[in-house]
Amino acid sequence: MAHVVPTVKMAGVATQASLESAPRIMRLVAECSRSRARAGELRLPHGTVATPVFMPVGTQATMKGITTEQLDALGCRICLGNTYHLGLRPGPELIQKANGLHGFMNWPHNLLTDSGGFQMVSLVSLSEVTEEGVRFRSPYDGSETLLSPEKSVQIQNALGSDIIMQLDDVVSSTVTGPRVEEAMYRSIRWLDRCIAAHQRPDKQNLFAIIQGGLDADLRATCLEEMTKRDVPGFAIGGLSGGESKSQFWRMVALSTSRLPKDKPRYLMGVGYATDLVVCVALGCDMFDCVFPTRTARFGSALVPTGNLQLRKKVFEKDFGPINPECTCPTCQKHSRAFLHALLHSDNTAALHHLTVHNIAYQLQLMSAVRTSIVEKRFPDFVRDFMGTMYGDPTLCPTWATDALASVGITLG
Amino acid sequence: IVRWQDLEESLRMKLSLTKVVNGCRLGKIKNLGKTRDHTMDIPGCLLYTKTGCAPHLTHHTLRDIHGVPAMAQLTLSSLAEQHEVLTEYKEGVGKFIGMPESLLYCSLHDPVSPCPAGYVTNKSVSVWSVAGRVEMTVSKFMAIQQALQPDWFQCLSDGEVSCKEAASIKRVRKSVDRSLLFLDNCLRLQEESEVLQKSVIIGVIEGGDVMEERLRSARETAKRPVGGFLLDGFQGNPTTLETRLCLLSSVTAELPEDKPRLISGIGRPDEVLKCIERGVDLFESFFPYQVTERGGALTFSFDYQLNPEEILLQQNGTQEEIKCVDQIKKMEITGCNQEITSFEINLKEKMYQEDFNPLVRGCSCYCCKNHTRAYVHHLLVTNELLAGVLLMMHNFEHYFGFFHSVREALKHDKLAQLKELIHRQAS
Repeated sequence: MAHVVPTVKMAGVATQASLESAPRIMRLVAECSRSRARAGELRLPHGTVATPVFMPVGTQATMKGITTEQLDALGCRICLGNTYHLGLRPGPELIQKANGLHGFMNWPHNLLTDSGGFQMVSLVSLSEVTEEGVRFRSPYDGSETLLSPEKSVQIQNALGSDIIMQLDDVVSSTVTGPRVEEAMYRSIRWLDRCIAAHQRPDKQNLFAIIQGGLDADLRATCLEEMTKRDVPGFAIGGLSGGESKSQFWRMVALSTSRLPKDKPRYLMGVGYATDLVVCVALGCDMFDCVFPTRTARFGSALVPTGNLQLRKKVFEKDFGPINPECTCPTCQKHSRAFLHALLHSDNTAALHHLTVHNIAYQLQLMSAVRTSIVEKRFPDFVRDFMGTMYGDPTLCPTWATDALASVGITLG
Repeated sequence: IVRWQDLEESLRMKLSLTKVVNGCRLGKIKNLGKTRDHTMDIPGCLLYTKTGCAPHLTHHTLRDIHGVPAMAQLTLSSLAEQHEVLTEYKEGVGKFIGMPESLLYCSLHDPVSPCPAGYVTNKSVSVWSVAGRVEMTVSKFMAIQQALQPDWFQCLSDGEVSCKEAASIKRVRKSVDRSLLFLDNCLRLQEESEVLQKSVIIGVIEGGDVMEERLRSARETAKRPVGGFLLDGFQGNPTTLETRLCLLSSVTAELPEDKPRLISGIGRPDEVLKCIERGVDLFESFFPYQVTERGGALTFSFDYQLNPEEILLQQNGTQEEIKCVDQIKKMEITGCNQEITSFEINLKEKMYQEDFNPLVRGCSCYCCKNHTRAYVHHLLVTNELLAGVLLMMHNFEHYFGFFHSVREALKHDKLAQLKELIHRQAS
């Protein structure tokens, strides 16, 4: 396959000395002796975050219908905002005037902002990628914006988030061919441009994003090159799209095997319970996904056995809570029957009740995972979890069984 | 020897007036609720709910609001469909909706949604839910109330006259006759049910715009053993209320002093004051909800202690804003903006994009203590759900604060100042 591959530049600013000087924000507290699971603590400007952690997504400076007070009360200590959206509305200048994104939305804990790279995939018909950056056409008024690595970092500097992401050249995981390789190499060049443009490395932690699609060689190359750059953390990107789960877990496992142990591993876009548990076993520390909050707004409540679609008639006279073991305010106060009735009304409170519960579910799950790692019983936890979710650990999906087996955890 | 009737009498709901000033009744209603130990202040308002839940608010966010009234309003239009579910549940709607501590009043209709006319017969009244029409005969109506077990409920009544443009005298007379017949039938059924006897029936005064019929309705309803009165058919626009104020005075004059008078469909602060002056005790709180839905924040001042300059400062330039609003009102033709009142600001407007002040300076609500006009503006522009949550929290608190100030003004003989302040802000 003959194609032109631009040469990879060595990290622009990194010198031998600075390779040791980047902040080590991750402190490992415990490691599973069988699998690659780790429990740790992230030391960030707005406080400590226990890992593994699930980070809810509040795209436009709001966690959908719940207040920052409610989010804090659930125990959330880090959540996401999105550079593409906030860059358009209300814009970085305004947010800077409001004391950054923290001040604007009044969130006292940590924030992570995505670079806008994912929008390249989600808004692919409205975007065009060149070496310069991504050109987006606004669906609202047809105007164009160019999001370059420099621009993305500049916006994120104005937002003031505790963790900022490099702008990466993102390709859908279902795409094959030379475009995947081009995107991988370009992501490395864009990482260097982001590092060079970053004005606040002391206040904001810039993470690299490993690309390479579903090609093991490309991913390995990306890992080798990006780990030469001294960034505080690494994300595993380009997955959690339309790829098969079998390919998905192999790329995650490959990535964690080549990423440094003393830096956090952030697996982007992963949020289903089973995926979270498996990927913790594979060595990931941080996760984000719109799924729990989005599915709440469609009337679906997350439970250890899967989910309850509360709009269904079967819940009309079900007078118990969503989950009697759940400590969230929704489960403390309300029955499935009432939520069912409320979901069929035009009162938005129904959605907020479920959003609260689903976030609580995700956070409680991560907390239970962490405790099991610290107490040296993570493999048993995994078996219990799969048993509850699938009826029997042996009924767990094949890809998950294979993934767990690859790190020494057998089910059943 | 203590007579059983005396004991019962002392436990029964009691309205005691502290004073009456210019027709305004200041007082308390005691011995409310199943446990007979709740109290309500009058004049006051009820917490507006949709399907048993304050709009946009969960228990947590509702709890953050200061001054939430002791009694919440439920609507049969949103709950009639839950009849079967509640019958099986057995423990009443208060517990079902997660408000076991709150007093509950069940009205027929939702004051926000207009009722289509043509659905009241001699035997039944219809309410309109999200799913469609629910037709209720007296027995079905009472069966539903038996399942709901509210503390108070509006009796089945024919309120259609207010939906129609110009009702004939014959139609008006029929609304009074029907409502009395429904009332007598409901009272009879209540006597036969131990469960229903724990709830208080609120008699409904009908009669459209015909003085003679209004008086007849008031006098006849007052003869029945109801716990209070609902003044129906006074809702409309500011001009229609003006013409009905005389009717209102005449009606309340016919009613016993020791029973509460509720009115439906009146929400604007200036109209509330006019009705209080004419003997009304309790109001709904759908008005702050309507303001929320159009992206508005209530900003009118009810601090009658402040001098006019201080008020201007507190409202942070409301006068300028009103001028801008008037200009924009002329330019924009969307339905929402035409309904905007002078008691609020429209946070969708571009002028609030970089306004880092709270919604109202000095307001102690969650939104004003934690967020800015700029932030709420952003939430509205981006269609985010949190906009409704924050605005509802502020608007409810502001509105409940207004009622508190009315009671304070009456207590300290400052009603004239408050009246002047409110009417100055009405446009």
